Amino acid sequence: MTAAAQRGGAGGTGGAGGGARGPGGRGGAGVLDRVEAARRRRPKLRDTHITSAHGAGGKATATLIDAVFLEALRNPLLEPLEDAAVFTAGAERLALTTDSFVVTPLFFPGGSIGDLAVNGTVNDLAVAGARPLHLACAVILEEGMDVEELRRIVGDLAGAAARAGVSVVTGDTKVVQRGRADGCYITTTGVGLVDPDLHLGASMARPGDVVLVTGPIGDHGITVLLARGELDISADLRSDTAPLTGLAARLLTATGPRSDHSRHGEHDGRSEHRGHGGLRAMRDATRGGVATILNEVARASGVGVVVDEDAVPVRTEVRGACELLGLDPLYVACEGRMVAVVAPEAADAALAALRADPLGAGAAVIGRVVDEPPGTVLLNTTFGGTRIVDLLVGDPLPRIC
Amino acid sequence: MRFVDEYRDAGTARALSARIAGLCEPGRDYAFMEVCGGHTHTIYKHGLEDHLPPAVSLVHGPGCPVCVIPMGRVDDAMHIARQDGVIMTSFGDMMRVPGSHGSFFDANAEGTDIRMVYSPLDSLKIARANPDRRVVFMAIGFETTTPSTAMTVRRAAQEGLRNFSIFCNHITIVPALRAILDSPDVRLDGFVGPGHVSTVIGCRPYDFIPRDYGRPLVVSGFEPLDILQSIHHLLRQLRDGRCEVENQYTRVVAAEGNPVALAAIDEVLEPRADFEWRGLGRIPWSAMQVRERYAAFDAERIFAPPGARVEDPKACQCGEVLTGVIKPWECKVFGTGCTPETPIGACMVSPEGACAAFYNFGRLRHRTLGAESGSAGNAKAPKAVSTA
Repeated sequence: MTAAAQRGGAGGTGGAGGGARGPGGRGGAGVLDRVEAARRRRPKLRDTHITSAHGAGGKATATLIDAVFLEALRNPLLEPLEDAAVFTAGAERLALTTDSFVVTPLFFPGGSIGDLAVNGTVNDLAVAGARPLHLACAVILEEGMDVEELRRIVGDLAGAAARAGVSVVTGDTKVVQRGRADGCYITTTGVGLVDPDLHLGASMARPGDVVLVTGPIGDHGITVLLARGELDISADLRSDTAPLTGLAARLLTATGPRSDHSRHGEHDGRSEHRGHGGLRAMRDATRGGVATILNEVARASGVGVVVDEDAVPVRTEVRGACELLGLDPLYVACEGRMVAVVAPEAADAALAALRADPLGAGAAVIGRVVDEPPGTVLLNTTFGGTRIVDLLVGDPLPRIC
Repeated sequence: MRFVDEYRDAGTARALSARIAGLCEPGRDYAFMEVCGGHTHTIYKHGLEDHLPPAVSLVHGPGCPVCVIPMGRVDDAMHIARQDGVIMTSFGDMMRVPGSHGSFFDANAEGTDIRMVYSPLDSLKIARANPDRRVVFMAIGFETTTPSTAMTVRRAAQEGLRNFSIFCNHITIVPALRAILDSPDVRLDGFVGPGHVSTVIGCRPYDFIPRDYGRPLVVSGFEPLDILQSIHHLLRQLRDGRCEVENQYTRVVAAEGNPVALAAIDEVLEPRADFEWRGLGRIPWSAMQVRERYAAFDAERIFAPPGARVEDPKACQCGEVLTGVIKPWECKVFGTGCTPETPIGACMVSPEGACAAFYNFGRLRHRTLGAESGSAGNAKAPKAVSTA
């Protein structure tokens, strides 16, 4: 299916009101503006202790990073808080990223903490448009951990590195007392090469752009949740953990400056900063899920994002588990799915390129970038209504009834 | 997905929406209260109000169990959690409800062991696995969750478990509805009645509402088409001059309820003479406590918490929101002092709470009415935004 057909189908269900009328047409004074003003204020960290919410990737995490880390470490490379920092060293443009991995259980259907540790960091490089070169790997082990288990984890790590075409070139190992860690924590740092002319980022989205995901969402989060065995639910699901390097390269090629977008019309020749041809931004949807990524794009670019619920690919098993547990798949973590924002004229080529790769076979256009309301993500529901998709405060909490 | 998609069909919704508009008398406004937090959540999550004509407005009722837990009970729960060897277990959405010194999450950061469970039976598992610890289940909820608490206590007794107890905060819906109807400020034309509660207690306990207060009630399911159909049935009653209890949720709710569940509750729990509701104040005979026979499983008897009485924060207007006197956005601190990140009132905590649901899902709706009046009625939203 072409992107245009996909959009038409999705718009048909959501666009009950027709036209391009955005909400907030009358821009009323009063409570909404008061609320929006309060939301724009820099969040204050009021907590006196770290709680689990600070690790969930939502508003509490953002507040902590801003108030503690950015406050002390502020510099122009850190400030955009992108997945990777991109800078010039000598003649090369490099991307640098780091990520820590904690997961219970250490092994789950479709992978282990070893796979995550490689793919997570490789993906942060890939979505920055970088070709990953090398990884560094630091491991914290808990006294008493089974060496055979560690061997399996490191085996998975090696396999994932081979698949992603990177090598682990340096590392560190520490052991802490029993009870001071949960088996094994891994931190990986990656460095990659970036094309000097490439400018991608969450702040590059423009009204009219098209939003894609590279496959069904939420597989990883639900798989791990069920693998903990605390819920009496089982489903035939596997984590989606995978390297996104191949998909990112395909997107870059398909939307690159040399590809001919003008055949789709609309090529207006404006000299505004257009990113890499038609590609504006790529983000891997990990903690906080697709909803969190879309909010980051909306805020960083000062645009609205409108998503069609019908168009978002979600496996039946994931939807079922979410319905039972009172969770929203839009906030559930993926470890091998990307959200891409592309110019409208590049959408067809981008979708075709993604679908040509087995990892992107389930790729879909899920929404569009709009002018209004800035900084906000809206969902046209299957039911024919519209609602906001906001950042969560902490982990999504199941509802009781 | 079967049993889900057929209740969310946009075409059926549009057809129903047209019939709803046809039932509205020209020049008349209608305000219906949806009693359950689950209904409130559905309404916002699916954008249901986009299918309602301007004359019909929805008022969000008190049926969100974590919203009506007073701060004093949260403080008491933390007191219990701080005792030697205690593992407190709680439903997820209770974890962020603020007491006077923070929430369960905050307490954990300071050293308590409060764990999230999906069912009281999970607490029982934890108790079996930790014989040297004392496991307490923070039992909350209306009649929907009360039977599972009662069954769990019964099972613990059968197994002879000595390290399990419940901190009982179960409440009952009928006294709360009566309190709302007795409130002088209330202006309601009918109720979208509780669904899951009614699977347990049946439909008859609501008979007093049409009889004594002249308002119709339609017991409603939780899918968006259920709620839309219930609104249709309410309007149909008003047009026909009828006033009765009607059951839309027939696929689940039987008129007489669930006798087995009711018997289990009655065996383990008994009505409590007096209980404080957040925002609504003290309501006699509106809650449950553990019977003498099961005293060994009653955390209130075992730990004797101080019975903290904490006044709601001055700025908080949860009570007026819960009784439908004001809409969430009319509260003085809505969205500024009180947000999902830093909730002052409990209505902002649970995703079922009227304020959180409105803040998270429905905020933009207000843009079109904010400039006009700020009145509780006629909150009309723009239609769906086209992405094409």
